[in-house]
Amino acid sequence: MSRNKQEEDPRINGIKTKIRVVPDFPKKGIMFQDITTVLLDPKAFKDTIDLFVERYRDKNISVVAGIEARGFLFGPPIALAIGAKFVPLRKPKKLPGETIFEEYELEYGNDRLEMHVGAVEVGDRALVVDDLIATGGTLCAAIKLLERVGAEVVECACVIELPELKGRQRLKGKPLCMLVEYR
Amino acid sequence: MQSIVSSYHLCLAPPSPVLRQRLLCHRVPSIRLPSHRSTTSLGLFTCAAVSRESEMAAKEDGQDPRIPKIASSIRVIPDFPKPGIMFQDITTLLLDTEAFKDTIDIFVERYKGKGISVVAGVEARGFIFGPPIALAIGAKFVPMRKPKKLPGKVISEEYSLEYGTDKIEMHVGAVEPGERAIIIDDLIATGGTLAAAIRLLERVGVKIVECACVIELPELKGREKLGEAPLFILVTSDAA
Repeated sequence: MSRNKQEEDPRINGIKTKIRVVPDFPKKGIMFQDITTVLLDPKAFKDTIDLFVERYRDKNISVVAGIEARGFLFGPPIALAIGAKFVPLRKPKKLPGETIFEEYELEYGNDRLEMHVGAVEVGDRALVVDDLIATGGTLCAAIKLLERVGAEVVECACVIELPELKGRQRLKGKPLCMLVEYR
Repeated sequence: MQSIVSSYHLCLAPPSPVLRQRLLCHRVPSIRLPSHRSTTSLGLFTCAAVSRESEMAAKEDGQDPRIPKIASSIRVIPDFPKPGIMFQDITTLLLDTEAFKDTIDIFVERYKGKGISVVAGVEARGFIFGPPIALAIGAKFVPMRKPKKLPGKVISEEYSLEYGTDKIEMHVGAVEPGERAIIIDDLIATGGTLAAAIRLLERVGVKIVECACVIELPELKGREKLGEAPLFILVTSDAA
């Protein structure tokens, strides 16, 4: 089965080596994938964006939706480069004006993702961007939000995937593009 | 289609910006529109009269002709997050591909080739404008975050809110002494957050070349909290 992974472009290794793994954050047992160190390296950051832009520029994407907050770091540069609008998907009560929300599960309890009414239109072709996919819960909520307002979600794009958490299977059949796996 | 609620002045840098000078402000006539409750649908609202007048005024004054469109793409939401506050919503700017690109271009044109190695952006809306600028000028991007979001070792700086205090944090080792930085946020209000960001960076020996925001609420006098750091903005808005 095609994994939709980037063929090993030589830029990928450079990006991978810049990701910092911080053990036991936010709690014991979690190996936190810190992308801030990628942002500190202008070449690695540029390569990350370029890889996504090259993939999506000819795909008629009209919306890039980025998940707060680290999706805001990668989504806007991609949106600007491919000429798409950027739509922030936010935690509750951050967006002013009328919003719609989608609930999703956490390890304990639920959370919500919100989007502005009217930001996305019927027929918009959308990309969903986040720094990392773990369980896929947040991305799944994002896909649902976009589909509810009549957009077509073309793909989800993440810098990092944690494949053992099987998030890829929770994307309502949508493909996932990622650059780096962490096992 | 809903009209824009705000009255605003256009505040621009001189055509050939010199970073060490204070921003020169060309005031265009303030345009006051009848007040409307916030719209429920975004649409691509037009503010045709305002835009046209501003655009003409902008050209006469030698101001950057991209600014009126940027200004008119910002949506004002009354009484958010609480009664009496006219919230400046930049998400509608992000939906206008030309306005968003122009916003970034204006900042990039100003900061490219000035030896700036750090763009610091304040969570969360600073994360939207900072990285595209950093990428275009070849600088690193450093996120300044609310407490407990950044993993690993951080330094923090407290600042005052209307009631109580808050903190922003930055990674230890993200920046080095002697680096030249700009700090980005979508808006400056009281200046508390930006002042805290300045202190954080200066504590580790970084030189703040300028603070840059899309919007200023000048009545809140945030500029006065920035010490020696100049402030560059694209759009000013009256608070009420």
